[in-house]
Amino acid sequence: MLALCAVASVAWRVSQGGEPPGPPPRFSTDILPVLSENCFQCHGVDAAQRRGNLRLDLRESAVARGAIVPGVPSAGSLVARIHATDPDTRMPPDESHRSLTDAQRAMIVRWIAAGAVYEPHWAFVAPKAAAIAAAAADEHPIDAIVSARLAREGLVLSPEADRAILIRRVTFDLTGLPPAPEEVAAFVGDPSPEAYERVVDRLLASPHYGEKQALPWLDAARYADSNGFQQDGDTFQWLWRDWLVGELNRDTPYDALSTWMLAGDLVPDATDETRIGTAFLRNHLLNGEGGAIPEENRWVSMFDRVDATATTWLGLTMSCAQCHDHKYDPITQRDYYALLDCFNRVPESGIVDGSPSRIRVANPVLEYPSDALRARRAELEAAVKAGAENAQGPLDQFLRDEWPRVMVMSDAQPRETHVLSRGAHTNPAAKVSFATPEFLPPMDEASPRDRLGLAQWLFSPENPLVARVAVNRAWQVFFGDGLVRTPEDFGVQGDRPVHQELLDTLAVRLRESGWRMKPLHRLIATSRVYRQTSLASDALRARDPDNRLLARAPRFRMGSMVLRDAALAAGGLLDARVGGAPVYPYQPAKVWESLAITMERNFDYPASRGADLYRRSLYTFWRRTIAPANMFDVSQRQSCRVRVPITNSPLHALTMLNDPTFVEAARTLAQRTMKTESDRAAQRARAFERVVGRAPNAREEAILGAMFERQLAEFSADRAGAERFLSIGESPRDASIDPAEHAALAATCLAILNLDEAVTRE
Amino acid sequence: MSDARESLTRRHFLRTSLHGIGGVALASMFARESFALGAGSPPLVLPHFPARAKRIICLWQGGGPSHVDLLDPKPELARFQGKDIPESVRGATRLSTMSSSYARWPALPAIRPFRKCGASGTEISELLPHIGGIADELCVVRSMHTEAVNHSPGVTFFMTGSQQPGRPAMGAWLAYGLGNECDDLPSFVVMTSSDREKSCGQLFYEHYWSNGFLPGRHQGVRFRSEGDPVPYLGNPDGVSRDGRRALLDDLAALNREREAVAGADTPAIETRIAQYEMAFRMQASVPDLLDFSNEPKSVLEMYGPDALVKGSFANNCLIARRLSERGVRFVQLMHSGWDQHSNLFHHLEKQCRDTDQPSAALVRDLKQRGLLDETLVIWGGEFGRTPFGQGPSDAPNGRDHFGRAYSMWMAGGGVRGGHVHGATDDFGWNIARDPVHVHDMQATILRLCGIDHERMTFRHQGRQFRLTDVHGSVVSDLIG
Repeated sequence: MLALCAVASVAWRVSQGGEPPGPPPRFSTDILPVLSENCFQCHGVDAAQRRGNLRLDLRESAVARGAIVPGVPSAGSLVARIHATDPDTRMPPDESHRSLTDAQRAMIVRWIAAGAVYEPHWAFVAPKAAAIAAAAADEHPIDAIVSARLAREGLVLSPEADRAILIRRVTFDLTGLPPAPEEVAAFVGDPSPEAYERVVDRLLASPHYGEKQALPWLDAARYADSNGFQQDGDTFQWLWRDWLVGELNRDTPYDALSTWMLAGDLVPDATDETRIGTAFLRNHLLNGEGGAIPEENRWVSMFDRVDATATTWLGLTMSCAQCHDHKYDPITQRDYYALLDCFNRVPESGIVDGSPSRIRVANPVLEYPSDALRARRAELEAAVKAGAENAQGPLDQFLRDEWPRVMVMSDAQPRETHVLSRGAHTNPAAKVSFATPEFLPPMDEASPRDRLGLAQWLFSPENPLVARVAVNRAWQVFFGDGLVRTPEDFGVQGDRPVHQELLDTLAVRLRESGWRMKPLHRLIATSRVYRQTSLASDALRARDPDNRLLARAPRFRMGSMVLRDAALAAGGLLDARVGGAPVYPYQPAKVWESLAITMERNFDYPASRGADLYRRSLYTFWRRTIAPANMFDVSQRQSCRVRVPITNSPLHALTMLNDPTFVEAARTLAQRTMKTESDRAAQRARAFERVVGRAPNAREEAILGAMFERQLAEFSADRAGAERFLSIGESPRDASIDPAEHAALAATCLAILNLDEAVTRE
Repeated sequence: MSDARESLTRRHFLRTSLHGIGGVALASMFARESFALGAGSPPLVLPHFPARAKRIICLWQGGGPSHVDLLDPKPELARFQGKDIPESVRGATRLSTMSSSYARWPALPAIRPFRKCGASGTEISELLPHIGGIADELCVVRSMHTEAVNHSPGVTFFMTGSQQPGRPAMGAWLAYGLGNECDDLPSFVVMTSSDREKSCGQLFYEHYWSNGFLPGRHQGVRFRSEGDPVPYLGNPDGVSRDGRRALLDDLAALNREREAVAGADTPAIETRIAQYEMAFRMQASVPDLLDFSNEPKSVLEMYGPDALVKGSFANNCLIARRLSERGVRFVQLMHSGWDQHSNLFHHLEKQCRDTDQPSAALVRDLKQRGLLDETLVIWGGEFGRTPFGQGPSDAPNGRDHFGRAYSMWMAGGGVRGGHVHGATDDFGWNIARDPVHVHDMQATILRLCGIDHERMTFRHQGRQFRLTDVHGSVVSDLIG
């Protein structure tokens, strides 16, 4: 051991050599991530996996066990072990497949030399608003904080984006739709300093705001229109989706909205409008397979509720604690089941009702009929009462297939909850009662020990996570990425925000201003940080490739739902009605049918006709077992997702070039510009402008012209082909337009819809 | 990764620029992209070992093929026919709710005899004569076990390492870890078929080939047997290939104009152009893949009468060979129809007849092309079936799901041919020797591909995930 220490101390001196003097490393930002990643597996929270009775997440344990001697790095075993050359002694051990870099070792040494000060993980301490310098008091708070940080880096904000780009950006971000050309022209031509804010306010008031802001909620809520698995029965959960869009449009405060999602049945003044919110907790997969073990399914549903709740509101990965204490965060297995207890009171069986209907729902349900449906029911019942012949059948069928029953929560069947050994419901261990995770501030004594109490606890001022997580998700709406790049994980293993001060300031502000999202969205959208150009010098890109500092605006491809809506809008096809039952737009033949090999029900795709083909993408029927064919890079809606990566695949290109939705939109875009412009160049320019929000420059116009001519030559030589191309899609075509010319412009428009600039939010 | 959100690094772009837009650079659209990692994931250094298998074809036999009827002979069952399997054997076995409440457990012997096959003498049912004919290529594992009692969780478990949907499938992991050898086809292709009677009632869920939390391009691409094999592969009606080519050229020219703006994100735009070029190439490569006109008659005959019947297991096997030949990393061929709860006597034979010949033909075909050594073929389902009969206890006519012990086989790709691994007890109920858990099988499959299953990880929700979760050991006895 002596020899080992000698070797270690030499190694330590070596690794210290040439170390630039600076402030000692900070535990929460510099040391904790390293210890967590490399050591906590065996020296952390999880008692079952703990080795040598040593915890490195607690200073007390680390010092008592002699791993750390504060101020004297060489005296503790930690420094010796991480520098050891003998594989039997070296930490982390080889079999962990983890290792420290020299810089990390040196940092640990410097930290111990400076006293080995521990501090809590940043996200577990309640946020405080930044004190904004007096000089910047008049400045927009986001700009003041970001500018101050950039100044420390010797950087400044980039200039404002072109007005045409700006209005396109903010219109897509807030409503998911492109601006109309008139809106672009009005904004570009309005010199008043308030012009931009007026645009933002107009968009915040648009009914399409709620539709766009609902999209990330649908991913978090693993929302689908069917249950999944073999029977994959249809549901009425879309009524919850409509409810959500309405609440977002009304700007229902986030605390109230969340409380209704978690406990709308338990609030003192509960109504159907609050109860339906709890469908959030019932949107999970439901298994109706023959032979499935109901109690096992019921537990799977409860695990899902814990996961969705913890991910959505706390940004914590609690599911790790289903089988054992969390390896990294101070979440015990007991915490997990104590939280789960509030979901273990639902009068549910774990199986889906086995009716022969297309609809399959599982109790408890909320009947949520419209006035029209009530009237219809009364009519059918009256007929039965009057003794009309064959009246019972239609009534039964109506009640089975059309009478809306939304799956919601209820606490009508309390059960005992036990910790489950290794997460197996057949292995119950210690009994637990409802409690929130112990490492976080305690619940108010007066709060009920149920889902309502959980909601009250989440929104108590002491909760360090909820407001930050909410702000971070709002930030994602406008920047693609959150300030914390792992929105699903604010724990020790999660990303450290570069702009924590900004996150914390906005979090405090959100809470103090009554949890309203529209003002927060307005604040972000009106900041100079948001309004910057996304163009950047090579030097800036090289300096900050991931744009952590925010010295420029991000630039990213838009989601496939938004791209489809944008094409429909450009083609003048979009049916802007808000809400309603899901629709069945174009889909390649046999996509559903070839997946289904069960004879239990009919899986024919009930393709929509007419206006329903052109509804916004969020109304497309989402079959849990097979996502809509033309939506790519989407959450699969199997479990809660708060981040969906954008990727690149040739399949995306094939969709946007060949899906009838896009082909038809290109045709109608061509036709509408041919109606308003007689000059060919002007037609192309108008179409281009409608899609990307700016007119083509001379060089671009030259290429567009050549493109049109080449396509015209193709279609002139094959007029029958032109006719076939123009017959794609249900909407009528103006037959007075020459087919070759129409097809050539339609092909040109298809290319425009596929421009990098068109699919990108710049 | 913000600006690298679309997964292209400057390094990659420089390479693209150096080569121009063509050849090698374009290939990387589907190809290995070691930079396309999750936030904080360490760069992968793969393979970890020299790879024995470069590609995998998984012949998934969905529904649960009966081990005691097909690959694991149990003469004791005949001696016990009509009598209950002793409780000392049964113990506290977890069964599906279809039979967990049974009062009787009548032993049901194999419906047809077994034969010793090949020089190795491996015993295989005479229901599988063609597979018997390649016995010396096969590594039969008779000691598989799984926790799943039902189809969907069982299939999900084998494919993703977890019974719950949402994790990446094995093919997605391999595409992520090893990339693609092929520049005009996806690295992970899925095909499905079912028995003619559609007796089985199981669905092929998309989560069986999900990318899970891995980047979306690693999702399995399902080739369909009806309409376009890949959705939207074909040009719109009336658009010629020349017309499309011209349009793409002009589209690229327009995109390059955008690059001319100072400060434009050129790498991202070049990625977009390359993506469209790859799509154009796929429009030719997929039809070429499915053009069987150059297949010799002898080869088609080998695959049996359904060789050219679209959507059949046999046709999918033939396509699987053609995909492997072109370098596609993982072909997941999913066939259903092995769920004989009540129709064992007449249906199992039909099912064997439809699948036996094509399965064996694929192995022979790969061998005669010199591809078998580097192509791993896996044959098996989500579990086996109960050694006792289901249905009327005096005249049982089926078998229930059984995950406690079952059989699979593998061939090629570095596995030990003519070998039987593990054994069950006299009733095919308990594993008597060398158990292989699903996670062990996954670890072994990755090992054959040169991957240490503990080191191929992806960071998600704050921890490193892997195919085998936190379990699994390589079974070196399976490796030749």
